[in-house]
Amino acid sequence: MATEAAHGAEEGSSLVFHPMDQFIVKPLFGGTDVHWYTITNVTLWMALTIVAVLLLMVLATSGKKQVPSRGQSIAEMAYGFVYKMVEDVSGKDGLRYFPYIFTLFMFIVFANVLGLLPMSFTTTSHFAVTVVLALAVFLGVTILGFVLHGTHFLGLFWVSSAPGPLRPVLAVIEIISYFVRPVSHSIRLAGNVMAGHAVIKVFAGFAAIAAVSPVSILAIVGMYGLEVLVAFIQAYVFTILTCVYLKDALHPAH
Amino acid sequence: MATETHDAVEGAAHAAESAGMPQLDFSTWGNQIFWLIVTLVVIYLILSKVALPRVGAVLADRAGTIANNIAAADELKQKARDAEAAYEKALADARAEAAAIVEATRAEASEKLKAATAKADEQIAAKAAESEAAIAEIRAGALEAAETVARDAAAEIVSALGFAAKDDEIAGAVSSRLKG
Repeated sequence: MATEAAHGAEEGSSLVFHPMDQFIVKPLFGGTDVHWYTITNVTLWMALTIVAVLLLMVLATSGKKQVPSRGQSIAEMAYGFVYKMVEDVSGKDGLRYFPYIFTLFMFIVFANVLGLLPMSFTTTSHFAVTVVLALAVFLGVTILGFVLHGTHFLGLFWVSSAPGPLRPVLAVIEIISYFVRPVSHSIRLAGNVMAGHAVIKVFAGFAAIAAVSPVSILAIVGMYGLEVLVAFIQAYVFTILTCVYLKDALHPAH
Repeated sequence: MATETHDAVEGAAHAAESAGMPQLDFSTWGNQIFWLIVTLVVIYLILSKVALPRVGAVLADRAGTIANNIAAADELKQKARDAEAAYEKALADARAEAAAIVEATRAEASEKLKAATAKADEQIAAKAAESEAAIAEIRAGALEAAETVARDAAAEIVSALGFAAKDDEIAGAVSSRLKG
């Protein structure tokens, strides 16, 4: 903190905010061009996500104990949590897609949590990532619906329980809401994560002023706690919405 | 409309570079998407090939073990109940047997007692009969002796009185007197 204050003083007491700098994608090994194959901080933090998944789901469960160790217990809880969610929301036949949904959940939860480490890069704060995730769900679910039900899948948009004249109107609304799904699905995740991180950075900028720095640091602590909550909740929300969309593909009738 | 959005996006991208919204810097999207797909595929392979089957097997194993243990506990409880019933039955049987033995023994004893009593009665009766016979004999002997004595005495008295009498007359007189 002292160094930060000194830094602030050096800059001539004018507050300098760079709350978005933490989201910049930059090559790890020199250069400025970011090609699709360039190894960037994105690569590093996604690799760390894989390492985290490996540690929790493979290393911690390697004992295969009847009475689980702490790590195995957490892995089993994660498994049971998502398994039950898929079963409850999508139904028994949704369990075929449990590995895909669990992959999504694990990636998002670890990307969010790793992003909370100081000086880290949060991959899920980028629309590029969440849009791909949401589009994968959207396209997968839509194709699955047509493969399983053919044109009957369109019954999803035809509310047969509504009075006759209302049905076309409802169909338009249903179709619009269907195509808005991937948008809200992706922006919700990236927006929440990005906003939280940016707010923390803004408070950190205020910490340069000695008079407000205690308040600012308390606010950072509070925000950080909230962000930990958000990290899990957003992973949960993304996953449960995926389950809901999957349910629509499996059972399109209203 | 489409070109408008395109323009807007372009504008936003330019704005991002200047105002600092790295999320809208589309030049990095390819990089992010490429590494995201690599990451997701790797995580999917790790989970579906190793982690999920393992955790699923452990959970199933545990559920099986718990179910088995509960079944075993039920079985043991049933066995304990059976053993208790068998014990009760054995106890009742033993009691019944003991009662039967007591009854049999008592019957046997009373039988023996009866037999012994009967035998003793018989012996007593035999002894009594024997004794009676002996008494009768003795009595008969005594009568005969008295008759003889009486006859002899009568003969002596008759001769002492000076009368001569025949023996059989005296005997007849004495025996008639004795009978009378």
